Amino acid sequence: MKTLAERIAAHRPGLLRAIGGSAWPIALGFLFAYLMQTVLAPAVGDFYGKMMLDVGIAIVLGVSLNIVNGYGGQFSIGHAGFMAVGGYVAAAIVFYGSIKLWGSKDIHGGFLGPGELLLVTGCLVGGGFAALAGLVVGLPSLRLRGDYLAIVTLGFGEIVRVLLQQTDDVVMDPRKVEAASPIDLADNLGGALGFFGAPRYLDPKNPFWIWLFVVVVLLVAYRLKTSSRGRQLLAVRENEVAAEAVGVPTTRVKVSAFVLSAFFAGIGGGLYAHELGNSLRPTDLGFQKSIDLVIIVVLGGMGSITGVVVAATALTILPEVFREFSEYRMICYALALVLMMILRPQGLFGLRELWELAPWRKVFRRGGR
Amino acid sequence: MTKFVQVCLNGLTLGSLYALIALGYTLVYGVLRFINFAHSDVVTIGAWMAFVFAGILGWAGTDSPLIAMPVILMLSMAVCAALGFTIERLAYRPLRRAPRLNVLITAIGVSLLLQNAGQLKWIFGTQPQAMPKLLSEQALFTLAGVKVPVVDVVVVVLAFVLLVALQWLVFRTRLGQAMRAVSFDERTAALMGVNVDMVVSYTFMIGSALAAAGGMIYGLKYGSLLQSADSVWVLLGLKAFVAAVVGGIGNVRGAVAGAFLIAFIEMFGAAYRSPQMRDVYVFGILIAVLILKPGGLLGKATVEKV
Repeated sequence: MKTLAERIAAHRPGLLRAIGGSAWPIALGFLFAYLMQTVLAPAVGDFYGKMMLDVGIAIVLGVSLNIVNGYGGQFSIGHAGFMAVGGYVAAAIVFYGSIKLWGSKDIHGGFLGPGELLLVTGCLVGGGFAALAGLVVGLPSLRLRGDYLAIVTLGFGEIVRVLLQQTDDVVMDPRKVEAASPIDLADNLGGALGFFGAPRYLDPKNPFWIWLFVVVVLLVAYRLKTSSRGRQLLAVRENEVAAEAVGVPTTRVKVSAFVLSAFFAGIGGGLYAHELGNSLRPTDLGFQKSIDLVIIVVLGGMGSITGVVVAATALTILPEVFREFSEYRMICYALALVLMMILRPQGLFGLRELWELAPWRKVFRRGGR
Repeated sequence: MTKFVQVCLNGLTLGSLYALIALGYTLVYGVLRFINFAHSDVVTIGAWMAFVFAGILGWAGTDSPLIAMPVILMLSMAVCAALGFTIERLAYRPLRRAPRLNVLITAIGVSLLLQNAGQLKWIFGTQPQAMPKLLSEQALFTLAGVKVPVVDVVVVVLAFVLLVALQWLVFRTRLGQAMRAVSFDERTAALMGVNVDMVVSYTFMIGSALAAAGGMIYGLKYGSLLQSADSVWVLLGLKAFVAAVVGGIGNVRGAVAGAFLIAFIEMFGAAYRSPQMRDVYVFGILIAVLILKPGGLLGKATVEKV
């Protein structure tokens, strides 16, 4: 009779197979993003191209919030705060980094050129800083639950906004930038006016990095959901006391969910900061933005990745279509939230994915049932 | 010394405002155990209703504040009480047995609904409005070199009267007894013949009426009303909520104590440290209290039961 640990070990795939199994979806993601860049982006034109950029960023942010809010059931209404941290850090790195490296703040190099690599670095570092903030916010969740946690996240978002508004103006003069050290520049983030001048690497013609990050966040979210850590998170959501009783390290699970979620929100913020037509202002990344993200997760289905993708897409496109009714937009969202909670509290999709919904079940059903 | 007295006076008026709003949060939390996120929007609507009624009644001058003030206050409180009743009946009552997260999301939905409905052209509009000066800003008396305007005195007295009335209501009447019973144990209270639905409705109406008074005080003291979705209102409600939590949520006296504590810290921080950081102080206190003494200063520590 083997021990449990041995039996588990027997199921674990070999190293090569594990790497192979992880690599092919990424490769597919590269291909997908490359096709979006080379085939679809030139075909759809600027208006729809911009809309698709917004959809991509909304998916990154929505799915990242879904990790903590949908899987973990930890209600966070300060998600835009993480987005702001990531966005500002990324913008500062790319803006000041461009000046220091190449002497000008303009776009440097073409597709996949050095400028874009700096952008990716900025986004990843921004995500790292946001993850650090997620750790700070996640730690009180050891003691707080439900409403209190919501308030703490909200307070965090507000504090980030206020602190950003206190920063000094952006240094525009290349000579001054080259003279200053990175520590000095960390306080020059534009204050209440916002961070202007970050090079716009992501425009309707260049959506590659957005779609690559969309694929990455979807992959991570999916693999998390089907992993044991994801199941632990779902257990915490359903009943924290029961989860703890069966040996789920609730604290660690919750905090790591916060960190992961904040990381991707930071990346989303970094992408947002470098998208053409967006302005990076503290007030734009405040409570309203957090609520927009919460609505995406709640309507799409708390815990459903495809549900969030559908909701993010729909809620980005619909306001554009119904532009003349824009003053009723938030009223409709609000009514939808209230009605959804009364009539279908798990969201449109619930925990299910698109292919798990009833009409498709027959098509995808595995044999023998 | 003059600055110190001035800051104390500002803290006192701001604390009265926070106290009236914080009581709404704490009362609802007491009976239903959830945070009524829409409360700050009831405050907003109370303030705007005071503006609307002041316009309708045409008592925009300071001619007869003794009549205008109470009439406007009563009308505004009545409208908000009706609003509170409606919100509870339509949005919260269907979810009485639902998980708390769902109620929280609903509350945020109601809050957004009120904010954005208030911005419509045919309701309050998006233009900021100046509240008519019902009370003169002349000094009533001078204290240690600080002129104390009539507005401040009326604000503090009005808040004090309402707070005493609420104390009496909660601790001396049958309704208050029923409220405390529901707060202690809803099911047992129901078995003892307390009509829980009715008590909850009354609680919402009382909380909303106090919110309307708070809104009106805000209008009188600060003069300008911003559009209903402006973050000023959210921040006002949040700080009052922080006051309720710091004092120990569910505790009526704690809410008042917390409100004055928060207001004084905010005012002293703004006057003697940095005025831009006043919001940061308030949320810093909140996080510190939640980590060190999650039950609040006057609250009891609760143990999660299965």
